[in-house]
Amino acid sequence: MSFVKALRCRECGHVYPIEALHVCEFCFGPLEVDYDYEGIAAHISRDTIEKGPGTIWRYRDLLPVESDEYVDLGAGWTPLVRARNLAKVLGIGELYIKNDTLNPTGSFKDRVVSVALSKAKELGFKVAACASTGNLANSVAAHAAWAGMESYVFVPSNLESAKVIATSVYGGTVVAIDGNYDDVNRLCAEIASEEPEWAFVNVNLRTYYSEGSKTLAYEVAEQLGWRFPDHVVVPVGSGSQLTKINKGFNELYKVGLVNDQPNVKVSGAQPTGCSPVASAFFSGAEFIKPQKPSTIAKSLAIGNPADGVYALDVVRKTGGGFGSVSDEEVIAGIRLLAQTEGIFAETAGGVTVATLKKLVEEQKISKDETVVCYITGNGQKTVEALAPSSEVTATIKPNLEQFSALLQDLRS
Amino acid sequence: MSVTVRIPTQLRPLTNGSPEIALQSGKLSAVLGELSGVYPELKSRIFDDEGKLRRFINVFVSDEDVRFLDGLDTEVADQSVVSIVPAVAGGI
Repeated sequence: MSFVKALRCRECGHVYPIEALHVCEFCFGPLEVDYDYEGIAAHISRDTIEKGPGTIWRYRDLLPVESDEYVDLGAGWTPLVRARNLAKVLGIGELYIKNDTLNPTGSFKDRVVSVALSKAKELGFKVAACASTGNLANSVAAHAAWAGMESYVFVPSNLESAKVIATSVYGGTVVAIDGNYDDVNRLCAEIASEEPEWAFVNVNLRTYYSEGSKTLAYEVAEQLGWRFPDHVVVPVGSGSQLTKINKGFNELYKVGLVNDQPNVKVSGAQPTGCSPVASAFFSGAEFIKPQKPSTIAKSLAIGNPADGVYALDVVRKTGGGFGSVSDEEVIAGIRLLAQTEGIFAETAGGVTVATLKKLVEEQKISKDETVVCYITGNGQKTVEALAPSSEVTATIKPNLEQFSALLQDLRS
Repeated sequence: MSVTVRIPTQLRPLTNGSPEIALQSGKLSAVLGELSGVYPELKSRIFDDEGKLRRFINVFVSDEDVRFLDGLDTEVADQSVVSIVPAVAGGI
């Protein structure tokens, strides 16, 4: 059973049945899942959640799936790490890393795909598809394999090789598009019109899919002992994740799982080479001006972000900030996190850490705040970004004298 | 001198189910104007009250977002394809 009442247009309020729909037919606004929150509040408790599975499905009452037969590779319930070393370097009192590199396919996308394909099966779809910058491709291919579904994933042709390999291994069809992510995305929106039998997780199933990101908020609050952090830093590609994290905090209060009203500042992180939302934030614009991406943070290289305006709205309303960071700062951010906390993040994580650093330097984050930094993808996927600046310290013969000489050199 | 306009699923009920419409080439504003002439109900779905493209609609001419071209003033050359695509899709 679920507590979903209907789908509702976020812009004009038009109501739709619980089907594979994502866009309002009247104003083209995005559809949102409309829940019976009173019903959830009467049914849900900290105790039942704590006794639930160690995956996102411990929050099933807050997710838009009816059936108990989830497509579940084990996404979610990733560690919230107290980052004492990084906090010391940056000068923050209480800092945590939400380490979502530890999902089944190495990124937070497993959360949204687990929800999307569970719903896809429930709605009778046999084919899973997506437009992807790589992480989503990995996750859709893996979950489709587990669920016995065919898969078609569409990626930009300049994608990191690790992301291509980690998709094709699961079988399924991988189509590289000669263009950037926005081109891939536009093509997929058109294909979705022609192939209504396909479950495009981030097109016709987007309404359900994006709800999976709320679990990033639920877990953080639960792991902090059912309290909210003061400030979160979230990477921004399409802006959906940031928007849904904010929604997740609000829902916990709405259904009575956390008693205090959330007062969480939400800050966004973008690479300068693709920063349409950050640019709008800095210029005070109400709308997002699309950008042609040029950044090593390919998972954030979305120049025409679908939820950009909503992310902008959340950051402004919650009193958060924005970071726009260079490729050099991204690499430095990846190294800083790895060398202080032993966590190897992909380039998007470098963007987030670099933004965290910047916001502290700009005093947008204060020392007395409880801060959570979302690290959403594994560094093994984007090793190419570090390859030019990564070498062995030295190469020697298998000889103890050579080693002793080297050690003396290194220590002197 | 003809161009093809691709209609997304959400608008096909208003074009009697047609996924593609052939129209005269010219400025994008003229092409979409002609389209609204043939299917009057489309007009208010594509344009807002001020005659601008609606916020959640993206229009592409020969695969390029018209916001990177000249917007409604973009020239749509003979044989090219205009795609109307809902903005809300993709990514996260």
